[in-house]
Order: sequence, then C-alpha cells, then structure tokens
Amino acid sequence: MANATEEARPDLANDDIGEEARLALWRSQLEIRHVEQRAHDLFLQNLVKGTVHLSLGQEAVAAGFAVAMEEGDYTFCTYRGHAHTLARGASMSGVLGELMGRECGLLNGKGGSMHLTSVEHGAMGSYAIIGAHLPIAMGAAWSAQYRGTSQVSVCFFGDGTTNIGAFHEALNMAQVWKLPVIFVCENNLYMEYTPIGDVTAVEHPAADRAQAYGMDSIIVDGNDADAVYRVARAAYEKARSGGGPSLIEAKTYRQCGHSRADPGAYRPDEEVAEWLARDPIPAYRRRLLDFGFAETAVDGIETEVLAAVDAATDVARSSPPPPREILETEVYADGGAAWRN
Amino acid sequence: MAELTCREAVAAAIAQEMRRDPSVVFLGEDIGAAGGVFKTTVGLFEEFGPDRVRDTPISEQAIVGAAMGAAMTGLRPIAELMFSDFFAVCWDLVANEIAKSRYMTNGQVSFPLVIRSANGGGARFGAQHSQAIENWAMMIPGLKVVAPSNPADIVGLLAASIRDPDPVVFFEQKSLYGTKGAVPDGEHVDTLGTAKVVREGSDATIVALAAMVPRAAEAADRLAEEGISCKVIDVRTLVPLDTQTILSAVSETGRLFTVEENPRLCGWGAEISSIASEECFYDLDGPIVRITTPHIPLPSADNLEDLALPSVERIAETVRVNMG
Repeated sequence: MANATEEARPDLANDDIGEEARLALWRSQLEIRHVEQRAHDLFLQNLVKGTVHLSLGQEAVAAGFAVAMEEGDYTFCTYRGHAHTLARGASMSGVLGELMGRECGLLNGKGGSMHLTSVEHGAMGSYAIIGAHLPIAMGAAWSAQYRGTSQVSVCFFGDGTTNIGAFHEALNMAQVWKLPVIFVCENNLYMEYTPIGDVTAVEHPAADRAQAYGMDSIIVDGNDADAVYRVARAAYEKARSGGGPSLIEAKTYRQCGHSRADPGAYRPDEEVAEWLARDPIPAYRRRLLDFGFAETAVDGIETEVLAAVDAATDVARSSPPPPREILETEVYADGGAAWRN
Repeated sequence: MAELTCREAVAAAIAQEMRRDPSVVFLGEDIGAAGGVFKTTVGLFEEFGPDRVRDTPISEQAIVGAAMGAAMTGLRPIAELMFSDFFAVCWDLVANEIAKSRYMTNGQVSFPLVIRSANGGGARFGAQHSQAIENWAMMIPGLKVVAPSNPADIVGLLAASIRDPDPVVFFEQKSLYGTKGAVPDGEHVDTLGTAKVVREGSDATIVALAAMVPRAAEAADRLAEEGISCKVIDVRTLVPLDTQTILSAVSETGRLFTVEENPRLCGWGAEISSIASEECFYDLDGPIVRITTPHIPLPSADNLEDLALPSVERIAETVRVNMG
C-alpha cells in the first residue's frame, strides 16, 4: 500500500512542486478556509438559509487536486462542495450569494449550497444524493476518451459513499473501459454522525476496495496539500496517458459537524484536539516559512484573501433576491418549463 | 416505403442517427454483438463498432450516470435499460440528477440524451418485467416522455428524441416489437409533442398510447358497426403533451375515454381528464371515463394478464355502456 505521507523538505531549489504551485496551494486553502468560516458566520446571522456542509479542516484535499489540474478538466463533488467549486476558480460572491439565495449566486438562487456548479470553471456540479455523481463523472471521462481529448474527470466524495452501490458500479465500469477518471474519497472518519469504522467491513473504506476493481490502494495524508498535490499529479499523468482510473483515499478531518444542524458532539475531545493540531492551514504556513518564503509575503496572501472574502460578502449581501421571473425557466433547453401546447 | 417490425424500426432509427452524427453513442446490456435481448439493436455493433456501441455490465446506475456525464460534456448518448422496470434501480439518476440539474444550475448544463426501454405487459413475464411505467417518468419535471405505437413513429420519434436537446425517456412497448408497419424511405424525423388522430369519428374521443392504440382502433371499428363513431387519438408523446389535438377532439365529439396500460392511480389519463374537465367542461356531454389496468401488480398467467390489461372487448364495452 502506497502511503504518501509528506516530510517537509525545505529546499526550494530542488523542490518538485515549485514556488508558484506552493503559493497557489496556500492561496487556495486560505480562500476555502475563509469563505467557509464566512458561510458559517452568515448562517449564524440567519443570512444563509437551508443547510451548509463545510469543508473546514479538509481544505488541503480540494486545493491539492485543483492546483494540479489543467484547464478543461472536470470536477464533480458532493453537497460538501463549496471547497471544490472555489478551488476551480468560481467567484466567492457567486458561492456566498448562492448560499444566501441571492441573484448573484452561481445558480441565481435556484440550487443552493448543495448544488454549486460553475461549468465555465470546470466545476460540473455538486450532487446531493450520495453516490450519484460517481457514474456521472465516469461518463464525463468516457466522453473525454471518446472525443480524444486529454481531459480528466475528478470525482470527490466522502467515506460514507463507499458503501452505496453506485460507487461500486462506477469503479468497475471505469476500470473495464480504462477511463480517465480519478475517484477521490475524502475520509473524514465520519459518515454523517456515525464513525465510518462502525458501519464498514474494512479498515480503509476506499483503499481496501481498490483491489476489487483492479486499482492500486492509495492512501494520502489529506491534511497535507503537498502530499495531495503529488498524488494528484501522478493520477492525472496516468489518466492522460491512457492508464485508466485511480482511486485515492485522503485521510482528513471535518473540524465541524456534518451540517449546520450538527455540533459534532459525538466526537471524542482527544480526537478533535489531535486533528486540530494537524490543521492544514497553520501547517502549510510553517512549511512555506521553512522553505524560505518571506513571512510578509505569506501573510500578505492571507490579508488579500480576507479582503476578497469581505468584498464578496458585501456583493452578496447587497445582491437582490432572484427575480420572480426565473421561477419557471430552464426546466427544458428552450429556456422554459412548458410541458404542453 | 419499407415494411419493418417495431424491433427493426428501433435499430433503423439508431443507425440513421449514428450515421449522421458522430456524437451519438449507445450503451447498455447485451446491445453489442448479442444484438439486444429483444433483438432491437441487431447490426449496430457491426456497423459502428465497440467505441460507439458499448456493452455494459449489469449496472443501471452506471449506465444512466455515464449517459448523463457524457451528455453534459458534448455527446448525445442513447442508454438502453433492458426492461423499464429497471428504472427503479437507477431512479435517482433519472429523477434527481438528469431531470433536475438544468433547473438547479439555471441552465448551465444540458442533457441531450435518450433512455430507451422495453415497457409494458403482454409477454407473461410477471410483475417485475411487465410494468407500464410511463406515468413514473411523466410526473418528473425536466424529462420528456415518448411512447410510440408503430414502426414509422418509432423511427421518426426516436430520431427526434436523439436530436432533442433535453433528456427523453423513450418507451418501446414490448408487446408491439413483432408488429409490422410501413416506414418512409430515406431519413425520417418526426416531431415530439404531436399527437395523431389515427381514426376519425364524431360521437366520442378515445385517447390511447402505445400498445393501447391498436386496441382502441379495433374497438372503434367494432363500435362503428354498432353505430357509435369514435375518433381515436394516439398521444405518442406524454411530455410535451399535445393538448390542442386532444381538447379539440373532445370539444368536437363531446365525450372522452382514455385507454391506459398503467395501473389506475395517477395514470397519464388522469392528467388528460383533469385538463379536459378544466378547459372544455361545457363541451362535454357526459363524464370522462378512464379504462386502465386495475391497481394491481401484473400477474403472469395468460388469462390473468389478459384480464388485467385493457382489451379490445373491455374498451368497446366500456364505451358502449357509457354512450348508451
């Protein structure tokens, strides 16, 4: 079993990731962290309605895969999808506006938190029914293969997804057809409120299933953006060269509850403390400083990100609710909802 | 005009569209070298090869999901579900994902795909391989629903479905697969959302779908001999629904009967009845009457299944009694 745990190697001259990618990883993680925290704050102010599923603590997975991606690649994610949508470059105001049910939202208020999509950025949708998007991502990879492009389809899901049938159907067909798709399990240890180990027959919910579909068992430290980036890069190369699909299990931790309704009280205090000590954001900041990045530059990026989140919040807050006229639009491709003449 | 069976018409339509458009691809169980369990795909694998005619595992979620992912990234997939009963094992993909994603994203994604499937009873397969489920699909916003009754309509409407920018659920009635009919030569493309008057009449309108169309037409022939003149309409597509053709016939004849293969509750005829009673109530000379399969799972024994499905005799008798 490949276990890609990352050791800090503070030598920028011999760094296989490079300055530009490292700063991109840092910025992406910060953008996710601060937008998610803002989403939480706005929820407490009753400005975000419905539900939200935050990726606080899981930023390194989204950042690592997205920074290693090429333009034109496809991202498919779950209802815990703010991170992946932002990581592909969707606007913060579009994300926050959608959570707040505003016209400026990515989906103009028609989808909400669980369905963030930005096709122009390759963010092909957030899917709120567990397992559904694995076959869909596989189909996008089939399309890329058939059209002869080098596009890769990347599908993010949680540990709980590994126990639903669609997971197994998609992995099997992806391997039989040798499709350029990467299945990424974000194992945050909990299937909603239940420890994944209590309801899963194997220790590693994704990696231990990989061999059943002719794939390598790959586990990566999902709190280490560099480790994720390297694993992602290898999987992209394999997919683009016709080597077929990969299944990667990223071990990480949700610093918050499952959704806004869940304080996460079922988690042992020691476990929470242990994982908070492995928070990917301060860890990555330390690494950048070890590599010799100037502290002012590193912290300056965070200042920029915070300002951008503030500005996006203002845009979203001042955006009107969606116009009534869009209620019965875009059910069909003619733009309307007519089902009769 | 060539004489084709309904099963040959399916393959003819797919071949016509695959020749025309390289973005049309086809996937499903046993559709390749095997030619389909109902022999509806004979010759396609040989003509278009394994890249475009892809055999799949028994994985309906993967089949329909793959079609969705391919449709939203530039292809026009046709997915076959061997029996329409199997929609139940991939209903999430159909009802939650394919149908809703255009709306949820306010138009960012399109799904030009067709899911075609053998639907309906009459083959003694029992309750899990015989259902007429067109009403399941009809009630989901975002889907189009087509159920033709003859070879020419299969070619024309399947071609139109493949070219349509929206997801289409295309039902082929398996009891019709062996029936023959003339199909126009050359490229044949019909129009979704158009019902057809298949028999003129002045005393009553009988609206039917798929396998119920020939039965309604035969019942109308018998009734004509008794002096009851029935106009018979083949609905052909449930979504979009050609209410103009139906309502103008109801207004002309003053009576409406629907003949549905689906079990009673929430069948498509209930929706048409509702529309007719709201919009042409004062043209009606009597109650609207629905002729359906009882609200039961379909049995398999010959006599029981025949008893369950609307028969020529039951259609004629129901009209006769209500017109009396």
